[in-house]
Amino acid sequence: MTRALTIDALRVSGRVEAAQVAWPAGPAAGTVRFKGVGKTYRAGSGDVRALDGIDMDIRAGEVFGIIGRSGAGKSSLLRTINRLEQPSQGRVLVDGQDIGRLDEAALVALRRRIGMIFQHFNLLSAKTVRENVALPLRVAGVPRPERETRVTEALELVGLKDKGDAYPSRLSGGQKQRVGIARALVGRPEILLCDEATSALDPETTLSILTLLRDINARLGLTIVLITHEMSVIREICDRVLVLEAGRIAEQGPVWQVFGAPRHPATQALLQPLLKGLPEDLAARLHAERRSPRDEVILELGFAGQRRPDLSALAGALGRRGRLLTANIDSIQGRAVGRVLVAAAPDADLARLDDLCDDRKVLGHALAAND
Amino acid sequence: MLSPQMTDRLWQALLDTVLMVGISAGIAVLAGIPLAVFLVTSGPGGIFPAPRLNRIVGMVVNGFRAVPFIVLLVALIPLTRLIAGTTIGIWAAIVPLSVSATPFFARIAEVSLREVDPGLVEAAQSIGCRRWHIIRHVLLPQALPGIIGGFTITVVSMIGASAMAGAGGLGDVAIRYGYQRFDTVVMLVVVVILIALVSAVQISGDLAVRRLRAR
Repeated sequence: MTRALTIDALRVSGRVEAAQVAWPAGPAAGTVRFKGVGKTYRAGSGDVRALDGIDMDIRAGEVFGIIGRSGAGKSSLLRTINRLEQPSQGRVLVDGQDIGRLDEAALVALRRRIGMIFQHFNLLSAKTVRENVALPLRVAGVPRPERETRVTEALELVGLKDKGDAYPSRLSGGQKQRVGIARALVGRPEILLCDEATSALDPETTLSILTLLRDINARLGLTIVLITHEMSVIREICDRVLVLEAGRIAEQGPVWQVFGAPRHPATQALLQPLLKGLPEDLAARLHAERRSPRDEVILELGFAGQRRPDLSALAGALGRRGRLLTANIDSIQGRAVGRVLVAAAPDADLARLDDLCDDRKVLGHALAAND
Repeated sequence: MLSPQMTDRLWQALLDTVLMVGISAGIAVLAGIPLAVFLVTSGPGGIFPAPRLNRIVGMVVNGFRAVPFIVLLVALIPLTRLIAGTTIGIWAAIVPLSVSATPFFARIAEVSLREVDPGLVEAAQSIGCRRWHIIRHVLLPQALPGIIGGFTITVVSMIGASAMAGAGGLGDVAIRYGYQRFDTVVMLVVVVILIALVSAVQISGDLAVRRLRAR
C-alpha cells in the first residue's frame, strides 16, 4: 500500500467523521447462525451442490468476511441470510429466528432489518440519488417528513450530502457505492451484507469504501458480512474470516490467525498474491548443502501473530554478517503477520532464532555475494 | 384546388382519425401494460410465478397477433356490435383497433420489461420491497423509455390500420374520394397529412425517450 492511498483513506474517514451525524445508539442484535446449511441446484446433467454442511456463527457487531475462489458458493451463502437464496437443507437463524419459515410479510420485515450492497451497485437509474435512498423507507410506509430527515442523515453519513438531486449515471463508481451504502443503511439495519462491494472499484476507491464500512461498523455497531475474492479486503477490515472452497468451509478464524498460519490449500492459494517469493537472483545461487566456509544460510522467518518481530534481537541472533533480504510483515488486528527472508553468517546462533519468530525454515545455502 | 366542403371534410377526417387512434391507443396502454407485466412476472423465475397461466395467455396473445387486421375486423363484428351498438363509424372502429393493438403493444412492452437488470429486482427485494412495489418502483420506471418507444411504434401502426377500418377518418377520405373518384389532389393532401401526423407522433415519442434516457 502506498503512502498516497493511506492519506486518502484518512482524508475520507476524516470527512465522514466531520459530518457528525446524530445516529441512534447501535443495535444490540445482529447475529446469524447457520445450521447444516446446504444448497443444491438442479442442472441439466445432474445436481450441483453449491453449499454443503455449513455450520457457523456470525456475532453481533463484528465484520465477518467470507472468501473463496469464484464458484465457491460465497454469493449463495451470503444470500441465504436475507433469503434471496433459499437453502435446500439446514436452517439459517437471524437473531435466533429461523428465517426459513417466514411468510412474505415477515420476510419483508426481516429484509428491512438487513441492508445489502452489491458489486454493480444496483441503483435505479430512473430515480435520483435521494429517491434511491428513500425507497426502503417509502415502501415501508415511513411518512415523508421523517423520510426526508433520514435520507439527509444517510447521505451525510456517506459523504454525499450535495449529490442528492443527481441521477446515478452522473456519479463515479465510488459515489455510486456510497449511494448503495446510504440506501442499505437508511432503514437502520442490524446487519449489512456486502456482495463483492469493492470488486468493481479501483484500488484507491476500494480503500475509501472499506474505510467507510469500518467506520460505520464502529459507529453504528452493526454486523457486517462481506464476501470477496480479494484477501486484501479481508485484511483491511475483517475481524474474522471464513474460507469457502467448493461449497464447504475450508477454515475459519480470526483474520490474523488464518493469514498467519493458513492450514488449507485453498487459503494458501488465495494468500499467494500477497506473498513475496525468493528473489530470483538468490534462488539461482541457492543450494541445499553447504559447499564452502563462506556460504551464508538463507532463512525464512515466519510470523503468525504470536511473536513480535524484535529487530535488535534478530540482528543479535543473525550475527555480525546477518543481512535482511526481503520482508513482508503486515499488522493485522495489531498482530504481526508475514515473513522475513534473511541471510545469516555460518556461525550464527540459529537456535536462538526459534524464540524470536513463530516459524523458522532453512531455505538453503548460498555463496555470499562479493560486496 | 380543394372546395370548402372538401376542406371541412378533411378537417373532420383528421379529427376522426386522431380520436379513433387516440382512444384505441389509450385502451391499448391500459390493457397492454398489465398484460405485459403479467407476461414478464408470471414466467418461470418471475416474481409471481404461474407458468401454466403464463403459457396460456402467451398463446392467446400470439393468436391475436397472427390474425391479419382485416380478418380480425370482420371476425370481431359481433363483439363490436355488442360494445359499440353499431358496426360502422369511428366508435365501431375503436373495438377492433384496440383489440389488435393491445397484444402488439403488450409484446413490445414485455421486451422492455424483460430487459430490466435482474440485479435491480434483487436489490429491491433486499430493501424490503413487496412484489407490487417492485412492479411500481423498479420494473415500470426502468422500462419506461422502452415502453414509450414501443408505444410510438404502436400508434404509428394504428394510424395505418385505422384507414382499413373504413369507418371515417383520413384513410376513408383517401379511399372514397382519392381512389374511387380519381381525385389525385385529395389523395395527395391526405397522404401529406398522414405523413405529418406520423412524423409528429414519432418525433414526440423519440423526444420523450431521449429525455428519459439522458438521466
